[in-house]
Amino acid sequence: MSWITKTFSSSIGRKIIMAVTGLFLCSFLVVHLVGNLQLFKADNGVAFNAYSEFMGHNPLIRTLEIVLVLGFGFHIYEGLALAAKNRAARGNQGYVVDHIEQNSSWHSRSMALLGSIVLFFLIVHLYNFFGSLRFTDVPRDANGNEDAYALVLAAFKNPFYVVLYVIGQVALLYHLLHGFSSAFQTLGLTHRKYTPAIKFIGYGFSIIVCAAFAAMPIYFFFFK
Amino acid sequence: MAGSNPNAKPMNLTLKVWRQKNRNAQGSIVDYQVKDISPDMSFLEMLDVLNEDLLRQGEEPVAFDHDCREGICGSCNLFINGRAHGPEPGTTTCQLHMRKFNDGDTITIEPWRANAFPVNKDLSVDRSAFDRIIQAGGYISVNTGGTPDANEIPIPKEIADRAFEAATCIACGACVASCKNASAMLFVSAKVSQLALLPQGHVERKSRVENMVAQMDKEGFGACTNIGSCAAECPVGISLENIAILNREFLAAKATSNNLA
Repeated sequence: MSWITKTFSSSIGRKIIMAVTGLFLCSFLVVHLVGNLQLFKADNGVAFNAYSEFMGHNPLIRTLEIVLVLGFGFHIYEGLALAAKNRAARGNQGYVVDHIEQNSSWHSRSMALLGSIVLFFLIVHLYNFFGSLRFTDVPRDANGNEDAYALVLAAFKNPFYVVLYVIGQVALLYHLLHGFSSAFQTLGLTHRKYTPAIKFIGYGFSIIVCAAFAAMPIYFFFFK
Repeated sequence: MAGSNPNAKPMNLTLKVWRQKNRNAQGSIVDYQVKDISPDMSFLEMLDVLNEDLLRQGEEPVAFDHDCREGICGSCNLFINGRAHGPEPGTTTCQLHMRKFNDGDTITIEPWRANAFPVNKDLSVDRSAFDRIIQAGGYISVNTGGTPDANEIPIPKEIADRAFEAATCIACGACVASCKNASAMLFVSAKVSQLALLPQGHVERKSRVENMVAQMDKEGFGACTNIGSCAAECPVGISLENIAILNREFLAAKATSNNLA
């Protein structure tokens, strides 16, 4: 094994992969959210469809899409593999009485569970929109763009999807509440001057991003 | 008894103790009653009373590790009522006193749980994995010869204090025991940052962190998920900041050391 593979197969190296991909996925959330905010524009989806068309066909975006898939792939694979490794490290015999809730938060201990809920949401989400837009012929709007807005309207009239999307965002919220600042700690970026700010920004980021995403299905279900 | 609280009433307690004959045997929780326990006793003295009772009854005493009973050796590693070293913060088991409990309490006592810390017997676990991690790099090499002058190498007070804080780790293993991942990173990070801060540690700085982390992984400890249970339970207050320093040292060493393997 070369020193590079050795580095990234060590326990710290694998955590660094989790941190780097995690922060990269946070940057994706920002881009995704900013674009999707156009759903709230009162133009029956003209701007959103134009944006969606751009995102689906621009060569730079399509290239970054590959990086994004790799980011998701590494984060999901390493996350699940590390969770299994960590569980095994504890051994078969657990504590009969364990009050771990007195020394750590529930969401920090539940990253694998929260991540799995987000993963399930992601699969359904890809099926709802990405799958339809990429692999099927979608009717076009007046400007000749694929009518992604109509897909959103249809999906969010289904109460099952609305509930699932909101649950997905709540899981993502708790995942990020720990994950954001945890990534900085893993990368060794702690300092008594900056760590409180990182934690504050992490909380703000998680709440704003997840609330805005969750508002979309709720808005469409009740007001469209 | 001199210095004892005259109002303290002796306590009767129910103990639920993990009993296991040897490393390969199946263990289980066994209930015991202990009577007339003085609130001034330490937790280990209470166990001594239990063991005297057991010996009198011709039963096998409960095996548990202890040495200095002053809170500095790190031997007395017991998981008490679901917490490493019991519910008191900043306390080793030997410094935990029975006045923190109430008459009639039920106390569950278990050994550290980690694959890398196999149970030898009852409450005693094998922590030699820690020794092997230290052997892998938790030291500095010095020339033999006469005693070097004190202060020959100037070290700023602030650095010396930070190094000392990390050096207070007593290697008790509470970090591993309380971590849901059985991760040893707080322990490893304390030694790595202590020696990385000091000029004497700089000679082997890169190989130290590479080798210690490799040994840590080899022993089968889990990976850190930054939940913070370890630092919360650490009897000497080793801070999570050390784990960030460890990660930094590791990454820097991997990126710049001459070690290609």
